[in-house]
Formats: sequence, structure tokens, C-alpha cells
Amino acid sequence: MGEATAEPFETEPSAEVPEVELYHATSWWTKYVFSQDAKIIAIQYSVTALAAGFVALVLSWLMRLQLGFPDSLSIIDPPQYYQYITMHGMIMVVYLLTALLLGGFGNYLIPLMVGARDMVFPYLNMLSYWTYLLAVLVLLASFFVPGGPTGAGWTLYPPQAILAGTPGQEAGIILMLVSLMIFIIGFTMGGLNYVVTVLQGRARGMTMMRLPLTVWGIFTASVMALLAFPALFVGAVMLLLDRLLGTSFFMPAIVVMGQHQNYSGGSPILFQHMFWFFGHPEVYIVALPAFGIVSDLISTHARRNIFGYRMMVWAIVIIGFLSFVVWAHHMYVSGMHPYFGFFFATTTLIIAVPTALKVYNWVLTLWRGDIHLTVPMLFALGFIVTFVNGGLTGLFLGNAVVDVPLSDTMFVVAHFHMVMGVAPVLVIYGAIYHWYPKVTGRMPNEMLGKFHFWVTFIGSYLVFFPLHYLGLMGVPRRYYTIGDMDAIPLSTGMLNELVSIAAFVVGFAQLVFVFNMIWSMRNGTPAGGNPWRATTLEWQTPETPPGHGNWGKDLPVVYRWAYDYSVPGAEQDFLPQNQPPVRQGTRSTEP
Amino acid sequence: MTIMLLLVATLATIAIWWLSQQRLTEKPWLENGPAPSRAATSGMPAAKVGLGVFLAVVSSLFALFASAYSMRMHMASDWQSLPIPWLLWPNTGVLFVSSGAMAWAQVAVRRGQIESLRTSLLVGGASAILFLMGQVVAWQQLTAAGFYMATNPANAFFYLLTALHGLHLLGGLVALGRTSAKVRRGTDTDRMTLSVDLCALYWHFLLLVWLAVFALLLHG
Amino acid sequence: MALFGLAGLFIASRAADATFIWTGLAFTLISVFWIYNLIRISFDEAEGKRVRAREQVVPYTLLAIAFCSVLFHVLSPWWWAPIASNWHYIDNTINLTFWLTGIVFAAVLAFMAYCVFRFRHREGNRAEYEPESTRLEAILAIGTSFGIAAMLAPGLVVWNQYITVPDNTVEVEAVGQQWSWNFRLAGQDGRLGTSDVRNVRPNGNPLGLNPDDSHGQDDIVVEAEDLHLPVGKPVRLLLRSIDVLHSFYVPEFRVKMDMIPGMVTQLWFTPTRTGRFQILCAELCGVGHSIMRGWVVIDDEQAYQAWLGAQQTFASRASPALASSEGDSAGRPGRQDGGRAHAPH
Repeated sequence: MGEATAEPFETEPSAEVPEVELYHATSWWTKYVFSQDAKIIAIQYSVTALAAGFVALVLSWLMRLQLGFPDSLSIIDPPQYYQYITMHGMIMVVYLLTALLLGGFGNYLIPLMVGARDMVFPYLNMLSYWTYLLAVLVLLASFFVPGGPTGAGWTLYPPQAILAGTPGQEAGIILMLVSLMIFIIGFTMGGLNYVVTVLQGRARGMTMMRLPLTVWGIFTASVMALLAFPALFVGAVMLLLDRLLGTSFFMPAIVVMGQHQNYSGGSPILFQHMFWFFGHPEVYIVALPAFGIVSDLISTHARRNIFGYRMMVWAIVIIGFLSFVVWAHHMYVSGMHPYFGFFFATTTLIIAVPTALKVYNWVLTLWRGDIHLTVPMLFALGFIVTFVNGGLTGLFLGNAVVDVPLSDTMFVVAHFHMVMGVAPVLVIYGAIYHWYPKVTGRMPNEMLGKFHFWVTFIGSYLVFFPLHYLGLMGVPRRYYTIGDMDAIPLSTGMLNELVSIAAFVVGFAQLVFVFNMIWSMRNGTPAGGNPWRATTLEWQTPETPPGHGNWGKDLPVVYRWAYDYSVPGAEQDFLPQNQPPVRQGTRSTEP
Repeated sequence: MTIMLLLVATLATIAIWWLSQQRLTEKPWLENGPAPSRAATSGMPAAKVGLGVFLAVVSSLFALFASAYSMRMHMASDWQSLPIPWLLWPNTGVLFVSSGAMAWAQVAVRRGQIESLRTSLLVGGASAILFLMGQVVAWQQLTAAGFYMATNPANAFFYLLTALHGLHLLGGLVALGRTSAKVRRGTDTDRMTLSVDLCALYWHFLLLVWLAVFALLLHG
Repeated sequence: MALFGLAGLFIASRAADATFIWTGLAFTLISVFWIYNLIRISFDEAEGKRVRAREQVVPYTLLAIAFCSVLFHVLSPWWWAPIASNWHYIDNTINLTFWLTGIVFAAVLAFMAYCVFRFRHREGNRAEYEPESTRLEAILAIGTSFGIAAMLAPGLVVWNQYITVPDNTVEVEAVGQQWSWNFRLAGQDGRLGTSDVRNVRPNGNPLGLNPDDSHGQDDIVVEAEDLHLPVGKPVRLLLRSIDVLHSFYVPEFRVKMDMIPGMVTQLWFTPTRTGRFQILCAELCGVGHSIMRGWVVIDDEQAYQAWLGAQQTFASRASPALASSEGDSAGRPGRQDGGRAHAPH
């Protein structure tokens, strides 16, 4: 790392966090528990999110148990089933994917990748995690209150969300809404950090166009989340008031089980607008960091610059903008004015163009590359398959009239699981295998990793691919049991059984992952500072794992973009971002 | 959602302006030179940028409530506007005074007039508290007159929007308290200036939000 | 190949004679062995053992996924029920989308497979350095835009048809409640009377008809029983709900629309063949969501008139003698058994 001494002006500090403001832990508690170091917070976020995700995974088993073998088991009754689908959906979308991709990867990677010592507001960052943890605990607490958690579906549509025909109407729905509000407050604290660190914390020479796409993805997603989550907040506050104080924001005059309710004039569709104004950007809040991360994985392991970097950046930004004007494609058959269908179908299909360009650029990066089929690369390839599959089925659902027979069927379930369930999760696994050596200093076991990949990838494709056809036959989603349905052949039960078996196998394979993570922490082969021979700054830290403050005495200075792989004429097939331009014979070696 | 979409369009304009400064069309792989002599980031303190982003979030929150307000108003026929308490007018004046005091504090801290800085922060804080008390009294007047929250959506929105604005002001008071403590301790001028600037910015913003909320309530 | 295994199991389980069972099981066994082999080879790779070119796992798997997906699409018995309404336009649009997206899916996977096969790391290899190709990206962007437009344009045309109700429709009301379906047809005057949820009484007025509206007196109310409609006549369904969100969905008609308490939504279709079709609720409406079924019976004109003649009007239902025979309160899931009792039509 001696290159920073080459010219005098390059040593001047460029960070926006002056040394004096960098927080220093004084005890074990403030170092590992109430830590303000983004790397520790990232691990706290990740572990909490994965733990919550494991709860949701178990819930999905219970659901598949019911769907696959509806008559052989009587342990799950309809109220429980609806509670499971609700908690599974909400945990996976908000408490796992959003928290892990932004809170986990964002915290770990942003400061390291932009060359900062830490986030710009470390104290706020710590608060963000503890607020998030509180939100998770409040949510999980609803399993233990009378009536159990809410069974309103993760969309929480009123009126049924707060009425007696829905399980968890007593306390579960209240805890759910409160937990979401806490989550949003916590996320806002974190999101401010991610955005401002990218804006103000970049090292000298790190222009926006030199940022790795991971940072672009997380940055854009954070900006979107900051603006979109308030919509969920507004919806949650108003729904809570309808439930607790009897206001009629969303509640029209209704008769439930013969009883006239004290509501009048409210509009359920208003809630749907609020929910999806958050809900659709949310899809991209999950997708964009995954896009960014997978770009870096593919580029690094194919030893080739990401093809069309500029197009990739523009596509991320354009998708970010467009995602705010597509929300009502979730509502083609919701009773909103049908003329909106023309507008939203058009915007939705337009957004497919930049998304498709990203896919082309990923596969074009493979072209004439030098592809190393490492575990992260396998997961990245798996992501492309599932994402293309799920993205293409999105073209069905985005096209208003095609959506009519398919909306609210298993086709939708299959689509969004493929595109925002399996695809981002594969990226998350790929990213964990990729950055694990940086976080722990040791390589994860490759055999276990490959086993984990094949079972997860093939298995989840087997789970979700057939479900499209259930939806095509007309099986609605959120059915406790298909029962006696005229439009489907009997053999559908068989299909459901097989999907369930595949789901159990995939679920158990995740234990291999957990084992690998724990086992390799002590027993993995030592990784060195830059095992993948990558260019980005996080691999150029003086210590691995990076110490407090990330960099040694001097902050890195950035001389080039993030994708100088296989540059003609260079000795090695990669040039780190902080490596000064070639002067004959003075190349520094990797740390 | 028109109001929210207008806000999104405004923010998008700002974002596009900022992006246009970032040379997004340059080919970064051709720039393998020494680090650009200009710092990559803007010279603004991070805290100020952070507050700016936070205000965008708060704007989004209020814009969404305003959207919900206007949609709910037009979606059903049960909307009955409530009489806006007269107290809100003098209250608005008090908030103007508060914001003015913060502007005065900004001038004072730059001139190094610690005494008048203390006074202006005190006036700003006290008038903000007075405003909040006024809002509570207005609530009491309304409930006394029988305008309960659940009776009509117009009432519900009135309480909701005023409460939300009040909560944000309360949060601001915490920050103001910390700033005043800094002034009392006599920290160095740069940090004091920054703190006072941030508080003042937040105060002016909340005044704007209040004017927007008030206009919305009068419109209902 | 895993899909092969699945298909094999399926054949084995559904087959009638022994040959098929054994074929199916053999299919499955081969697939299991294949998967095992893939995993073994990838382990060998992990250990750095030399792997022959034809044992490249990843490209073959990618091709197999594309191939099996298409095969599953074409061969599997799981496909939509035969259509029973005029909305074959929707089916055509779906099929068009299927073929376009299927081609893209297969092409992307095949290209990936080729890249991984051809540009796999070998000793001494070095990737090509090519930051971008504006021309290629422009071609791809334009090509994609055309593909998207080819799906969107027919979609919007059909959407326009779907939301434009023709003038000659018969108006029929469908009302959802937890967890059953009620219907209302116009009486002699050809008009539906006004209604309001506040008028709902479980006994006698489950739909909340306005008792003072003369247009409503002769309306025919069908409570938790089959709805009959004449074949070949366009129907405009007015959808209401008295409690939570529901969604009217008949897979064979390809139509769906949410029912929102507090407002009236609508959809239209022309039944094209006679038969008895199941109505499903497609919007989560509480614990009884999945058992909320109803039936639409499409009759020829004669049978329809016969059915119509046997129905009660709102006024006749409201008279106390009849109301008492109507049974207990509304909204029991068990009520739909009443509908099933009419099965032999």
C-alpha cells in the first residue's frame, strides 16, 4: 500500500469524518454490542435479519406442509395458515431482504468501498440497528399475544385486516403496524447514513463514475427507500387509528357477520395506493442492491470489466426514477379507474427496457471473459437464470389485460418469489461467500458452498417454476386449501406435493450454509487480504478483517474506476482502484 | 397522489441536477490518471447534507398525508369540514416569531455576539413551546365543541396533521436544547455556527410545512 | 433434469398399468443419478481434479433448465381450463407473451451456457478488455423496445375492449360477503333498484336494497345459490361487497374484478358455452377465503327462462311468511352447501 506516498498532495486527508470525530470504543460492550463501527453494525444487522429470515423459512415449511399434504395433517388450521403467510411475507420482504441488503451489506460495504473510515453519523447508525432490533422483537412478540399474529396477508388490506373475520385482529395487527413504524424510523436513521456517506464520505479521487456498482445500487435503493417508506408509515398510522380510535380513513360502512359497524365513507383503495406507493419501489429497493452486487461478482470472477458500466449506472438511476410511477400495476383489478391501466401498463413495460439492458450486460460480461466458477460466481449465474425467469413473467403481470386472469393467483406468487425472493437471496448468498474472507479472514468451505448452491438453485427453481402453471389454471393465491376446484385436474395435488418436497429439501440445505459459516470461521483456510484478486477498495485494506477506521494512517487515494480487469499491457489481470497509474517498474504488489 | 407525485418530480429535478454535475457521460476507464485535483465530494458539512436529506423524507411524509387528505376528501361524500379554531391564526404568528428568532440567531453567531445568540435561541425555543401549547388549546376547544376524532374524517385529519407537525417540532426542540447547551458551554464557533444553522434550517422548514398544512386544513 | 425426475414421479403415480409405472420410476432414477453426478463433478472441480470438457456441469445445467422448462410448458397436463367466454383475446395475448418471453429466456440461457463453456478459465487465459460497445447496446435496447411494444400494443387494445362495456348488456349484480355469494337480477321493469349497506338485514335484506325504491321491489334476489345466465348474451356484472374485499373470479371466463365495500365495480363478458362454472374469491377475505365458492350456470334460453320464473322477487322475500322460511342469519360458511345441493342441473 505504499503508493500513497508517491506525490505529496496525495497524502492529505480527504475524508469528511475528521479523525477526532471517529468514535473509539472504550469497553467490550461499546466495541461489540453498542458499537458505532459500521462493520460491527453490519454483522449485527445481518445476523438479526438472517435469524428473522429463518423464522420465516420455517413458516414457509408449515405452509407448504398444508398445501402439499392438505388432508393428511390437521395441525394447521385456517387462522394459523393465514398468520403464517402474513408473517412469512412481511419478514422476508421487509425484515430480511431490506434489512440485510441495506443495513447489512450497505453498512459493511459502503464505507470500505468509497474509502471512508466509517459512516458519517456513527451514533445514528448504532441507533438504527437497535431500533431495527426492537421492530423485529415487537413483530415476533405478536406470536405470543392473545389471538396470535395478524393473518391479514402481508399487504394488510383493510377492511379485513382489522375486522373479526381475520385472525390476529385483537393484538396482532396492532403489533404489526407498530413494528413497521418502528422499522421505518430505524431505517430512516440508517438510510440517511448510507446516502450521506456516499455523497460526502468518498475518498479522494473517488468520483461517482468510479464507484463500484454495488455502491450505486445500494445508494439508489436507499434514496428510494427514504422516499417510499413514508407511504407505508402513513398507511400504517391511519390504519392503526382506524383500528384503535374508530376513525374512517379506510373503512366504509360495512356489515360484518350481520353486525353493522361504526365506520362510514372510508376508502379501502386509498390504503392500496399508499401501500403500493411504498410496495412497488420496495421491489426495486431489494432488486437494485442485488443488481449492483451481482455486477461486481460477475466482473470479479469473470476477470473482465463489467460490460457497459455507464449503461449500468444509467439503468440503475432510470429504474429508480421510473419505479415511482408504476405502483398501480398491482391494482389493475382493484376497482381503481380503469383508464389508469393504460398509463401504468405502459410505464411498467418501459421499465423492462433498462432492466433487460442490465441482463444483457451481465451475460456480455461473461463473453470472452476468463470465467472462474467459484461459489460466488455460481450464485451470480443462478441469479441471472431466476431473475430472467421472474422478470419475464413480470411482463405478463405488468400488461394490464394479461394480468386480469393471472392477478391474485399462484402465478403472482411464483413470479415474485422468483424475481424478488430467490433471485436476491441467491445474490445474498453469493455476496456472503464473496465477502466472507474479508469479514472473517478465512475462506468458506468450497465443497459445502457448491453443495449449498446446487440444492438451493435447482431446488428453488423446482419449487417456483411449476407454481406458475397452478396460477395459469386459476388457483388463487392465499388459499388454505385448493379443495374441490372444477377448473383444475386432480393431478394438481401431485404437483403441490412435489413442490412441497422440493421446498423442504431447499430449506434443509440452508443448514449446510449455516454450518459452513460457523465452521469456516475457525477452520477455513486463511484468505489473505485479497483472495479474489479484486480491484475495489475493500480488498485493499491494510488489515483483514479491516481494523477500526478501516484504513491505516492515510486514507486511500483512488486513481481509476472499479473494473480494471485484464487491462492489456498490465502484468496482473487486475489493477486495484488505489494503484497509481503505471510508472515503469514501480508497481506495488497486492497486500 | 398528485401532491406526492409533484414532490417526487421536484426531488427528481434536484437529483437530475445533481447527477448532471457528476459527469455521468464520461468514460471512467479512460481517466486512469492521478486523482482529480478537485475533491470528489462537495464542501458542505455532512451534517447539513444529512439534514437536507432528512427534510426530503419529512416532506415526503407530509406530502403523502396531504395526498391521502385530498383523496379521502373527494372519494366519499361524508366529508364535513370542521370550523378552524381562530387560535390557529395567532399561533401561526408565534411560529413566524420563532422562525425569525432563529434567523436572528444565525446572524448573531456569525457576528460572534454570544449574548444576543443566547437571547435569540431562548426566544426561538420559548415561542415554539408557546406554539405547541396553543395547538393543544386549539385541540381542547375543538373537542369541547364536540368535534371528536372519529366523528368525521376531516376532524381525524386535523388532529393527525397537527399532531404530526407538533411531534416534529418537539424533536426540533431537543436539538435546540443541545445547541443551547453547546452555546452555554462555549464550544468553538465553527461547530456552534453549524448547530445554529441546522436548527434554523429545520425551523424554517417546519414553518413552511405548517403553512402548507394550515392551507390544506383551511381548504378542507 | 430435476424436472424430468418430477415428470417421472408424476407418470409413475398417475399411470394405470405397470409398464408406465416402471418407465416413470426409471425416469426418476436416471434424474436422481444425473443430479448426483453433477454434484460429484462439481466436488471434483472444487478439489482441483482435472475435469474433461464434456463434464462441464454449469453449461449443461443451464441448457437443461431452458430445455426442461420449455418441455414442461408444452407437455405437462397443467394448463388452463377451456375458455367459456368471449375473452379468447386474453388467451391469445398470454400465448403471444409466452412465446416471446420463452424465446428470450432460452436465448439468454443458451448464450450464458455457451459463454461458460467456451470462456471457462484455463491456465494462461486472459479475458478480453472491452469496456463497452455503444452500438451493440443501442441495438439491444431498440430490439428489446420492439419486443416490449409487440406485447404491450395488443395488450392495450384488448384492455380497451375489456374496460369498454357494450350497450346491449344485461345488468346483473353480484354481492360478496364473508364467505358466500349473492346475486340480484332486474325484475319486470328491467332496472336494478338502489341499495345501501346501511339497509342490510341478515334476514330478509341481505343485499341492503332500498325498501322505499319502487325499482327494487321486483328485483330478483338469489341468496347463496347458483347464478344462472343465458348463453351468448353479454353480461355486465356490477360487483359490491357488504363487508371486506372480495374478488369475483371464474377461471373459465378469464375475468376478475375486486369487490370493494362502499363502491360498485364492474366487469363484462359474453358466455359462449353452457355449463356450470365455479366462482372463486381471489382477494384474501379472512379465514374462509378458500371455501368462498359459488357457481354460475350458463343455460340456453329455455332453461334460463324456466329458472328465472322460479325465483323470488325482493318484495315477495320481504313478506314475513317467506322470510321465516329463509332460515338463520347470513354469512355462515356452511351456507354454500345450499348452493352445492343444486348440483344436478
